[in-house]
Amino acid sequence: MAGCRLWVSLLLAAALACLATAVWPWPQYIQTYHRRYTLYPNNFQFRYHAGSAAQAGCVVLDEAFRRYRNLLFGSGSWPRPNFSRKQQMLGKNVLVVSVITAECNEFPNLESVENYTLTINDDQCLLVSETVWGALRGLETFSQLVWKSAEGTFFINKTKIKDFPRFPHRGLLLDTSRHYLPLSSILDTLDVMAYNKFNVFHWHLVDDSSFPYESFTFPELTRKGSYNPVTHIYTAQDVKEVIEYARLRGIRVLAEFDTPGHTLSWGPGVPGLLTPCYSGTHPSGTFGPVNPSLNSTYDFMSTFFLEISSVFPDFYLHLGGDEVDFTCWRSNPNIQAFMKKKGFNDFKQLESFYIQTLLDIVSDYDKGYVVWQEVFDNKVKVRPDTIIQVWREEIPVDYMKEMEQITKAGFRALLSAPWYLNRVTYGPDWKDMYKVEPLAFHGTSEQKDLVIGGEACMWGEYVDSTNLVPRLWPRAGAIAERLWSSNLTNNMDFAFKRLSHFRCELLRRGVQAQPISVGYCEQEFEQT
Amino acid sequence: MRPSPHRAPGLLLALLALLALATQAPAKAPAKSLALWPWPSSVKVSPKLLNIVVENFLIDHGPNSTAGPSCSLLQEAFRRYYNYIFGFHKRYHGPAEFQGGAQLQQLQVSITLKSECDSFPNVSSDESYSLLVKEPVAFLKANSVWGALRGLETFSQLVYQDSYGAFTIKESSITDSPRFAHRGILIDTSRHYLPVKTILKTLDAMAFNKFNVLHWHIVDDQSFPYQSTAFPELSNKGSYSLSHIYTPRDVHTVLEYARFRGIRVIPEFDTPGHAASWGKGQKGLLTPCYNPSQQIEKFGPINPILNTTYTFFNTFFKEISSVFPDQFIHLGGDEVDFECWSSNPNILNFMKKKGFGRNFIRLESFYIKNIFNIITSLKKHSIVWQEVFDDGIELQPDTVVEVWKGENYFEDLKQVTSSGFAAILAAPWYLDAISYGQDWRRYYMVEPLNFVGSKKEKQLVIGGEACLWGEYVDATNLIPRLWPRASAVGERLWSPATVTNLDDAYSRLVIHRCRMVSRGIAAQPVFTGHCSHEYEMKK
Repeated sequence: MAGCRLWVSLLLAAALACLATAVWPWPQYIQTYHRRYTLYPNNFQFRYHAGSAAQAGCVVLDEAFRRYRNLLFGSGSWPRPNFSRKQQMLGKNVLVVSVITAECNEFPNLESVENYTLTINDDQCLLVSETVWGALRGLETFSQLVWKSAEGTFFINKTKIKDFPRFPHRGLLLDTSRHYLPLSSILDTLDVMAYNKFNVFHWHLVDDSSFPYESFTFPELTRKGSYNPVTHIYTAQDVKEVIEYARLRGIRVLAEFDTPGHTLSWGPGVPGLLTPCYSGTHPSGTFGPVNPSLNSTYDFMSTFFLEISSVFPDFYLHLGGDEVDFTCWRSNPNIQAFMKKKGFNDFKQLESFYIQTLLDIVSDYDKGYVVWQEVFDNKVKVRPDTIIQVWREEIPVDYMKEMEQITKAGFRALLSAPWYLNRVTYGPDWKDMYKVEPLAFHGTSEQKDLVIGGEACMWGEYVDSTNLVPRLWPRAGAIAERLWSSNLTNNMDFAFKRLSHFRCELLRRGVQAQPISVGYCEQEFEQT
Repeated sequence: MRPSPHRAPGLLLALLALLALATQAPAKAPAKSLALWPWPSSVKVSPKLLNIVVENFLIDHGPNSTAGPSCSLLQEAFRRYYNYIFGFHKRYHGPAEFQGGAQLQQLQVSITLKSECDSFPNVSSDESYSLLVKEPVAFLKANSVWGALRGLETFSQLVYQDSYGAFTIKESSITDSPRFAHRGILIDTSRHYLPVKTILKTLDAMAFNKFNVLHWHIVDDQSFPYQSTAFPELSNKGSYSLSHIYTPRDVHTVLEYARFRGIRVIPEFDTPGHAASWGKGQKGLLTPCYNPSQQIEKFGPINPILNTTYTFFNTFFKEISSVFPDQFIHLGGDEVDFECWSSNPNILNFMKKKGFGRNFIRLESFYIKNIFNIITSLKKHSIVWQEVFDDGIELQPDTVVEVWKGENYFEDLKQVTSSGFAAILAAPWYLDAISYGQDWRRYYMVEPLNFVGSKKEKQLVIGGEACLWGEYVDATNLIPRLWPRASAVGERLWSPATVTNLDDAYSRLVIHRCRMVSRGIAAQPVFTGHCSHEYEMKK
C-alpha cells in the first residue's frame, strides 16, 4: 500500500480541527483527529492505485479528479512553497484512489454500490471503493474535509471514514413543463446534487403546460406543444448531455412521461390522443386525459415509449399516473360505450385498463417503472417489481400509513410527501424536512427494506431559472442527509452548524444557496 | 388553465389563486401591446401603429427644455432606456429595412420648469409627466427631471417587439403622476450583508416599478457594516468581517446611482434598541445588564443616562446628515426591550433622580427627545417606527411615523394621522414573510386609505414601503424574493385608487416580470408560463 503522501504539520490547532468535521451529508462512520497535514495546491494530485481496476482513461474518475482539483484549489496558480529539503515529499502530495470493479463506461443503477472508505493518516492517504460511483462519493467527502487556514494554507486532518448510503434511491425532481429550465440550470443542479450525494435526477419533462422534450418519432409534440419550438425545447443533444453529465457524477436520470392525466400539452401534436370532453351531446372543444378507448392510443404509446426506452438508459421509467380527472371521461359517450362493452362500472377500472396496457408495453422494452401512489390507491394491477412513489400528505391516508400499506402489499416505495420544496414558508423550514424519518411506520423489517429511498420535489408552477437555485439549496440538502446518513444522525444543533458551513461552501463553489439564518459567509454570492 | 399539479391538499390559498386564474378572461392580445406597470393615471391609446426602426430612432432633448446635453442625469437615462428598449434584442434582428408606413423617429424630452438636474430628489419632488406619441415625434414633458425619468420608463413599456423582431408603438397620450409621494423599498444590510452590486440591481428594478425611496436599514443587532469616518471602530469591530462593510465610496456609489434613477436614499440608524453591533466598536454606549446585582457580560439598548451617549450621537449624526443628502433620517425606535434597563442600578438611580419612577417609557422618551433635538439641530427631519408614537413619546411636529405592526394597521394609521403626524404604511407589505403561491394579490388589494378619517388625515398618509427584512435573505435570494412581489406594492402606491382589477393586473404583471427578466433582473415567475427570453445565470 502507498506510504504517507501528505505533509505532517507540526502545528495542532484544536479550534480549527472542528472545521474538518463539517461534512454534509454526515458519514456513517467517521473519526477525526487534531493531527493535520498540509496540501500543496500546485502539485497536489489524485492518482490511481496500481492495483485499482480503474486506471487513467477511466473517464468518470479522470473527470472527477479534474473537477475536484478545481473545486479544492481553483484553477489559478498558487505561491510555491519554499522547497529545499521538502521537495521529494511534495511529489507525494497525493490522494490515492482504488476501485475494485471498473464501471467507467456504464451507467449507475439502483443496485450500484456507493460504499467507500477514506483513510488519511501518517502512512496513507487512500480512498478505496468497490465501484467508481463509490469513489465519486468519497472524493466529495475528501473535498469537504480539506480546509484553508487564515493564512491560506490547505490542511486535512487525520481522518478515518467508512461510509455508505442508507437508501439507494436519493432523488431530486425538477419540473421542466410548468416552466422551461435552461440546460445550464439543469447541469448546475446536477453539480450541486453531487455535492449532496443525491443520485437520482427525476426529470418531470412534460406536463399539461408544455412539452419541451423533442421526440424524433413525433416531432409535432414539441412543435405544437412547447412554449416555443425553437428556444424552449430539449433537443436529443440536450438530453444526451444531461444524461452524460449526470453519469459522470454518479447520478441516474429517471425520465417521467406522466399519463393519462397531466397531458394537455400532448394534444396539439397528436390529434386524437386526448379524450374530447362533451357538454351535453356535443364535444365542448376541450380535452381531458389520454383517450383509453382507442387502439390508436396504444399504438402511439408503443412507438413513443420505444423511443423513450432507448433514449434514457436507466432501467426505470416514471410513468406518472397521478391525479386522473374522470369528469371528461364521464362526459364522453364513446368512453361510456367502451366501458359498457368492457363491463367496467367505474372509472378506476378504465384507468386501470389504460395503465395496465401501458405497463405491458413498457415491460416489453425491458424497463422497470415507477408510478405515483394513485396507481396503487386505485388498485391498478401492476407488476410486483413496480415502485410506488408517495406524494400525498394526508389523503387518502397519512403518508406514513400509505408507506405501510404499499410495503405491506409487497411493493417498493419512494417517499416524497413531506419533501415538496416548491412549497415555501417563512423561516428555517429545512428543519421539518430534516426531521422526517422515512421508516417511522408500523411494519416488519421486510416491509422497511422495501423503502428504497425518497425524493425532494421542486414543482415548477412558481419556479424557473430566476429562483430555482436559492429555493433548492441548501433546503434539499436536509433531505439528502436524511437519505444518506444513519437514522441516528438527527441532532438538530449539529445539523444546523454543519449545514450553515456547507451552505457557505456551496457559495464558495459558486452555488447561489440561500441563508438558513442570520450571519455571513467569507465569500458571499456576487451578483452578475 | 386548470388546477393541475402535485399539490398537497389543504393549500386553500393556492387553490383560490388557481381558481381565480381559471375564471380569468384571456386578456392576452391587448395586454401584450400595453402592459404598463404601474398603470398611469390617464391612458389614451389609438389603434394606429407606428414603426420604430432602431437605427432611425433617437431620444433627445426638446428645443425648449430647461435641461440639455449638459444634464448627465438625462443623458444617462436616454442611453439606459435606449438599451432597455432595443439593446437586448439587437442580436435577434437583421439589418434595418424600413417597410413603409407610419414611423416614429424621435422621442423629445422637455423639462418645463427648474430641471433639478443636479439636485437630489426629495419628498416634494414633482414626478408628473405627460407623454404624447404620434407620428413622427413623441413628446415627453415634465416639470423636472424626476417626472422625465418616470415618463421614460413608461415610454419604454409602450414599445412592443413582435416575434419577427420589429419594434412598434401605438399612437397614444398619457398623463401621469403618483398617488403617493413616498414609495419605498426597505433593505436590511445588517442581518445579512448585501454586496453593493445587489443594491444597485435593486435600484434598477425599483426604477422599473417607479419606486422612489430606498429605505436602507443599514445596521442592526447582528452587524454594523456602515464605515463611519468619525468612528471607524464601529465597522472595524461591529461588521461581520472587514470585507462586509460599506465604505464612504460604496455609500456614495449607491447615492449617486439612486439619484440618477430619481430615488431617494433614507438611511436608518435604529436606536436605542436593535443596537447590539454598535457596542463592539463604541465602549460604554450600550447599557450593561445586571444579574441580579452583579454586572454580567451582556448589553442591552443604548445607555440613555450618560452624557457621553449624546456627545457620541451628536458627532455621529452630524456625519450621517452630511453623508446622506436626504432631508429625512430614519431613527428606528422599535422594539426597545426594558429588561436590561430595569436590571441596571445606575439606570434606576437616574430614573429616580429624574422622577421617572419605574416608567421606562419615560426613560425611552427622554432618550428619543435628545436624539430628536440633535436631528433638528442638524436641520433634518425624522422618521420613526410606530412604537415611538404608540408609547406616547413626544414627537416633533414634522416627525413621520412608519406603521409596521400587522394586527390593526388601519386603526394605527387613524391614530397617527388624527394626531396630526404624517404616516408611512409598511404593515401589510412585509415581503420577507413568504408563503406558497400568488401572495402578490394580497399586497395588491391593500387600500392604504381604507380607514375612517377626514380628508386632511388621509392626506397625511404620504405613502408606503415594501420591507424585505434580512434574517433569511441575502444576495442569493433577494432579487427573486423581491420581484415581482414588490411590483404589486409599486402599483398600489403609484396608480389611482381605482386601479384594482386583479385579472387585468395579473396579465400585465406577467409581462412586466418578463420585461424585468429581459433587463437582467431575476424576477421570479407569477405563475406557470414562460418568457421569450428566460433568465440565464452568467458565470
